[in-house]
Amino acid sequence: MFVSDTIAAISTGMNNAGIGIIRISGDSSFEIASKIFFTGSGKKTERFDSHRVYYGFIKDGDEIIDEVLLIALKSPKSFTTEDTIEIDCHGGNLVMRRILDTVVKNGARIAEPGEFTKRAFLGGRMDLSEAEAVIDVINSKNEYALNNSIKQLTGKLYEKIKGIRDRIKYEIAYIEAALDDPEHYDLEGYYDELKEKAGKILEELISMKSSFSEGKIISEGIKTVIIGKPNVGKSSLLNILTGEEAAIVTDIAGTTRDILKQDIKIKNLSLKLIDTAGIRDTDDVIEKIGVERAYKYADEADLILMMMDSSVPIDEQDIKLFDRIRDKNAIILLNKSDLPVKTKTEEVRKYTDKYVMSVSAKDESGIDEFKEKIEEMFISGKIGYNDEVIITNERHLFLIDDAINSVKAVLDGISAGYAEDFLSIDLMNSYESLGKVIGEKVEDDIVDEIFSKFCMGK
Amino acid sequence: MFEESYDVAVVGAGHAGCEAALACARLGLKTIVFTVSVNSIALMPCNPSVGGSSKGHLVRELDALGGEMGKNIDKTFIQSKMLNRSKGPAVHSLRAQADKAEYSKTMRQVLENQDNLTIKQAEVSELILKDKNEVSGVKIYTGGIYHAKAVVLCTGTYLRARCLCGEAITHTGPNGLQAANYLTESLEKAGIELVRFKTGTPARMDGRTVDYSKMTEQLGDERIVPFSFSTDPDSIQKEQVKCYLTYTNEKTHEIIRNNLDRSPIYAGVIEGTGPRYCPSIEDKVVRFADKDKHQLFIEPEGLSTNEVYIGGMSSSMPEDVQVAMYRTVPGLENCKIVRNAYAIEYDCINPRQLYPTLEFKKIKNLFAGGQFNGSSGYEEAAAQGLVAGINAAMLVLGREKITIDRSQGYIGVLIDDLVTKENHEPYRMMTSRAEYRLLLRQDNADLRLRKIGYEVGLVSKEEYDKTVLKQKLIDEETERLKNTYVGTSKKVTEFLIENNSTALGSGSSLYELISRPELDYFMIEPIDEKRQDLPDDVKEQVNINIKYAGYIEKQIKQVEAFKKMEVKKIPEDIDYNDINGLRNEARQKLISYAPVSIGQASRISGVSPADISVLLVYLKSRKL
Repeated sequence: MFVSDTIAAISTGMNNAGIGIIRISGDSSFEIASKIFFTGSGKKTERFDSHRVYYGFIKDGDEIIDEVLLIALKSPKSFTTEDTIEIDCHGGNLVMRRILDTVVKNGARIAEPGEFTKRAFLGGRMDLSEAEAVIDVINSKNEYALNNSIKQLTGKLYEKIKGIRDRIKYEIAYIEAALDDPEHYDLEGYYDELKEKAGKILEELISMKSSFSEGKIISEGIKTVIIGKPNVGKSSLLNILTGEEAAIVTDIAGTTRDILKQDIKIKNLSLKLIDTAGIRDTDDVIEKIGVERAYKYADEADLILMMMDSSVPIDEQDIKLFDRIRDKNAIILLNKSDLPVKTKTEEVRKYTDKYVMSVSAKDESGIDEFKEKIEEMFISGKIGYNDEVIITNERHLFLIDDAINSVKAVLDGISAGYAEDFLSIDLMNSYESLGKVIGEKVEDDIVDEIFSKFCMGK
Repeated sequence: MFEESYDVAVVGAGHAGCEAALACARLGLKTIVFTVSVNSIALMPCNPSVGGSSKGHLVRELDALGGEMGKNIDKTFIQSKMLNRSKGPAVHSLRAQADKAEYSKTMRQVLENQDNLTIKQAEVSELILKDKNEVSGVKIYTGGIYHAKAVVLCTGTYLRARCLCGEAITHTGPNGLQAANYLTESLEKAGIELVRFKTGTPARMDGRTVDYSKMTEQLGDERIVPFSFSTDPDSIQKEQVKCYLTYTNEKTHEIIRNNLDRSPIYAGVIEGTGPRYCPSIEDKVVRFADKDKHQLFIEPEGLSTNEVYIGGMSSSMPEDVQVAMYRTVPGLENCKIVRNAYAIEYDCINPRQLYPTLEFKKIKNLFAGGQFNGSSGYEEAAAQGLVAGINAAMLVLGREKITIDRSQGYIGVLIDDLVTKENHEPYRMMTSRAEYRLLLRQDNADLRLRKIGYEVGLVSKEEYDKTVLKQKLIDEETERLKNTYVGTSKKVTEFLIENNSTALGSGSSLYELISRPELDYFMIEPIDEKRQDLPDDVKEQVNINIKYAGYIEKQIKQVEAFKKMEVKKIPEDIDYNDINGLRNEARQKLISYAPVSIGQASRISGVSPADISVLLVYLKSRKL
């Protein structure tokens, strides 16, 4: 993990911006580039000159993935001081991910959070006084990634990986027990048993991988939180944007007492839309919890949609909310423009520098304009996904892939008649890969498993 | 007061002490070795065998480095077996039954005939310290003072030893020998942290009272492979003894269950932590309650005795329970116990106080090896004894100390685990502990370690040249196979079809053919016309290297990555409190373990990759 193997990552945010950059750093980056990069006339480039831009295509096998500009930077004249390749491609999550995929397939691995920065520092690229800052970056990024990976993995998926991992561990321990104490445990007939078990594990991993990829897109949306006082029309907005009756809309203030989530698309952008309980001082215990949560979601949001009722004057509660969202990306929507207006946009601007616009959830006026605004903010880079979440995700996917390949190697080994100790090595590789997904370091796991499950002894 | 001066003083003459003392004396240093009884030099107080899975590797490695154990067992074995022959070459492992008395006697002769080596029967009672952190000799109980430039502690299971057989407790070492009761206090005074471990041994029976007709015979190999690279295989082919296999049964287990309250372990009398891999029969019955029988191996203790060892049935039950339970076993119905089974408790150290050179971090000139370091087993002990002895000698000679790392041998794995990992039981070597085991085979221990043994001075030029030549022949033969092509000739095609392999469409190198799962180096001889006759061990290496090239190359890559972290040294005077960004747990662990390299630091439990990054950045920023 800390050696100068070759790492790769998408170094622009994972968004649908015009271009994206994939960065590869390490000893094999040039070699990888010559394997996947083809010039306009379809030729490979054997030697890249430093600090030159190359035009051509990235291919995965015979298939062209994208038309790109490739920049080669020879060590030490690069950010990390290592040989570096940057591929400028046509943005788009799918394209970038496929290029990254191809790069990894050809010998790189996905970078750890903060790893480019770390390498830059270790390469002596940065001023020594920046050491502390670098440490902070490494720590916060690691913590962030860890929190996120755990967040993403709580529940079923985590349990599932752990379950599969435990089964793999048992098989390794069985083989190892037999190797260590061949007179107590023999492996007669074990090939068939393992073939069946490994086959089953492989199936499960493959199906997990596909569910993982699907789940990913959803979890990667722009986290968008609707907040506002009760009965300003938050749930109505959610319903308009989702096109279905996800939220119960009534005239009674405080109907939404908890959080409603919907994944929607606006102009090709994925949004994770979260409707929250109306914010007001209340004695109702349940409603209070809802309000607390609304604040919490607002703090974590990539984008806040604050709704107000233009048919009533601005009050204390509104001003408190302006203050709360001061440092966030937000759009303020003055709803109920179909009713007589008491609060105008100009008035709101006195309190906040956020973008303010009038809409009507009832007759849907202003909604198109609102959608365009979101897209504009996204393209201008004001709002975006958090990169680290995606890196974490991406790493998980690759690690599961590694595990799949190792289990395949086990099955191949069985067909080729390899001795059990080789199968154990491949099983161990899959065990380690899955461990990285759930953040577990391999220590004396196998030895402990042997002793707890198998009776060894002189 | 009697006083003498030596270069090196070795405390204890068990398997670790013998290796340490011999290494120092052979390197020309004036050496003294202390033992509580000259009759117990190289004593085997437990099982009558040397080697076994992964332990066999240790012995081969020790031999490659210039140790004695391999040679000694080659002289005194009475049965020999290569275990795991049906598995991959990495887990083949040699095990030999020893004639215990002969083993001990022969080793004693080697010591007695060794120049520069003095044997002294005495109980060492005190370390003599110069300043607080430097040892300058030892004092014995009878008062004599022995100055030494380096001291190696190999006290085995003797420190404040206590043996338990049910309610009967004696303050003796193994086999009723005198315990060493005074040294502990002196060690504690010197600031050494001690822990208490426990182990056990089964009963020995009078062989005449055993009915072997109810048991299954266990024979040795037809062709015996020696442990030592210096032993001529032809010289050790001989008639071997038989061992026998039998089983416990429900009746045995019932007796044990009914008497658990009289077992010192279950009654809470034993304080020490016992090993999980070598459980007493009580443990087996309790922990694996669903098993209706356990295997027992009946092994002779030697040619000149009737005693047999009941492998698999160690116990600390009272005598009457022992007799009853052993007599439920088929073949042991009328057995007479010569020596009761017992559990033994003893003081040993927390080995995290040692550098990978086996020198104490806080006390200069002091080294430790063997069971005293919290390990278990003759082979583990001998391996550490050798390394501790070599490094004590290097210190005295002013030469660079050696460290065997995890990629060089099981010895490296053993020592690194001991000095780096939390360990709560006597540590036993296991093949699953070696992450690069495809490279650490028993068949190539000489290729891996002879050079170190030669450079140290324990391996002769002649022996070393043999290894160099072997490597050269392997390389040349491999190269030849890569460059020798066969094609679609009738002979080749017929050969391949005959061996269930696919016929060639175009030319292929012999190397590629050997890689095919269904073929190997030996099989393709008929189509390899230019093959020269090579020594068996060369052929074996060539075959393994080609057949498992895929796996081997992967591990070589992993080793390269591993090495990069091992060479990043951490200066001794580093102040972990000065490093911002380390998590508290990691900081505490790093302070208390004082790892020598980034690699070692990364293996400490509780030190995360992020902590390692922080450490790297810190070292870089300090230009350390």
